[in-house]
Amino acid sequence: MSSDPILKVEDVQVSFPVGGLGRKSAILGVAGVNFEVNRGETFALVGESGSGKTTLARAVNGLQEISAGTITFEDQRIDELDRKAMKPVRKRMSMMFQDPVGSLSPRMTVGDLVTEPFRIHGIEGRNLRDEAERLLTLVGLPTSFASRFPHQLSGGQARRVGVARAIALDPALIIADEPTAGLDVSVQGEVLNLLNDLRERLGLAMVIITHNLHVVHHVADRTAVMYLGRFVEAGDTEEVFSAPQHPYTAALLSANPEPDPDKTHDRITLPAEVPSLLARPAGCEFHTRCPWTQSRCSVDAPERQVIDGRAVACHFPLEPGARPPEMEEKAAS
Amino acid sequence: MTTLRIDNLNVSFSTEAGPLHALKNVSFDVPENRIVGIVGESGCGKSTLINAILGLLADNGSVDGGSILFEGQDELTTLPPSRMRDLRGPRIATVFQDPMGALNPVISVGKQMLNIQYRSSLSKEEKLNRAVEMLELVRIPDARAALARYPHQFSGGMKQRIAIAMALMMEPALLIADEPTTALDATLEVTTIELLKDLQQKIGCSVMFISHHLGVIAELCDDVVVMYAGEVVERGTVRQIFQDPRHPYTARLLECDPARQSERTRHLPTIPGEIPDLRARPAGCIFANRCDRVSDTCSAPPPDKDIGNGHIARCFVADIPVETGVTA
Repeated sequence: MSSDPILKVEDVQVSFPVGGLGRKSAILGVAGVNFEVNRGETFALVGESGSGKTTLARAVNGLQEISAGTITFEDQRIDELDRKAMKPVRKRMSMMFQDPVGSLSPRMTVGDLVTEPFRIHGIEGRNLRDEAERLLTLVGLPTSFASRFPHQLSGGQARRVGVARAIALDPALIIADEPTAGLDVSVQGEVLNLLNDLRERLGLAMVIITHNLHVVHHVADRTAVMYLGRFVEAGDTEEVFSAPQHPYTAALLSANPEPDPDKTHDRITLPAEVPSLLARPAGCEFHTRCPWTQSRCSVDAPERQVIDGRAVACHFPLEPGARPPEMEEKAAS
Repeated sequence: MTTLRIDNLNVSFSTEAGPLHALKNVSFDVPENRIVGIVGESGCGKSTLINAILGLLADNGSVDGGSILFEGQDELTTLPPSRMRDLRGPRIATVFQDPMGALNPVISVGKQMLNIQYRSSLSKEEKLNRAVEMLELVRIPDARAALARYPHQFSGGMKQRIAIAMALMMEPALLIADEPTTALDATLEVTTIELLKDLQQKIGCSVMFISHHLGVIAELCDDVVVMYAGEVVERGTVRQIFQDPRHPYTARLLECDPARQSERTRHLPTIPGEIPDLRARPAGCIFANRCDRVSDTCSAPPPDKDIGNGHIARCFVADIPVETGVTA
């Protein structure tokens, strides 16, 4: 694949201090993550709540200080920039936060909200009313919405306003944190179609954070799976979905509930005890839940291996269609 | 016996712009020992429904008619608050999306599990044993030691399981679970669903399970109630709803689920149009402005048509199967 990275994240770590009164320590919310996002592509971050997706997104956007690693955006190191120097970068890289209604000021009209980025960045010489109309039209809202307040919007409409704010300054990259959480499937489709449409029309790159695997499958070019603040697997979405190489990815995909009451499931079940970030397991951090675990896994941490653009952190990557030893035994008996 | 029978329930909120009819002629049953799924998008009245059942409607909300009958004897719409307090918790328990909202961050799990047994006549020792038993049921490892720990020392999935253990501790007749798995990843979601199913059978309670994840509903529920703009547009068994939907909204909703698209697509199906303003509900069918089967008859209120075997759809042409573009 020809790559033209707009964003490059290398060995990024984010640590949070914990404890106090002489027992200070730190936990790693993001524990060394590498990825690139190419121009015009959609990159998905998948993982459960608490796996570090949002922290990573905030770090990329400069809202969260990183403790190690580098972040390069449009060929510029941005991890060392201070608040003031970061401001122009945010014109090129915008963020859509979770909770669309909560991220809109309840006392501002939709028109003011979608043109707020112009005021924040001191961009003059534009007719803000025209800009509001242009942006609302772009995200498929009637221009009459400019005079409404956030509480008068439905969940889907609020999300559209969030999209309009994100694209106001013609960014090159949008980071969307759970853009469809809380929406029902028809509205979810609308928002995703809109984002995809804008990506094509405006040539945007996108990072989408979600835990909905079905959504990822349809919208993302490449996908990274996070577990305890690390990528366990990353690669082309279609390839990751059809032949997961990391046991956690395989378990996630096999667990995905499908809307068919008669479907029989051949699931890889995992022990439900997710380790605490305060006590990361030794060796491979997934070994405490991994159905394929071997003696080496509890001692040796696996290095990330990259083969044909597919990154996997596992000593024993899975063959396509592999099933845990337990399930094989059951099937054989 | 039916655990919960909701009959022709109407709820409205008074707003500056006039009354908002949040629930209109809502009827369905939660039979004993069944798991009933409630599906519908945000704003369709799911939360209002839960609050009406629990007697927790906001001050500007009122029940304008209809009945909520609990265990064949308690009419919840007119129940005195003191009796309602007796029911909430021991007889009708709830689990919400965010377990942190249910757990007190500065009190140990064990103490919280003791506190909620304040009505029980057991000794402290017995209550603690009961707490351990419940934690073991929801598969918290080393349950006795877990009692001394605080909520933040557990992962999200474990916190949700502790919340479920607490909800079921008093063996309620009805558990209302409002999107309890939304914040979990797929592996934990599936474990939690299986756990709920298991506990429901052990305890023998009924469950009202609210979710917009159609896959979870299909897997967990016995019956499904589909809500749209404050109305129950269709209800039936999980197979009736997923395999033979009769209300056009249900059919379109199922089509929209990206999980149903086995082919990868960049353009996901949607339902064009918007929900009508609930302050000015149309006289006729609530879905008419977005329906592809609409006709002149739809300007009159549609009947709850009985398709047989408890399958009911609020549509004039419910006896004709809806073509769905995608099969599961």
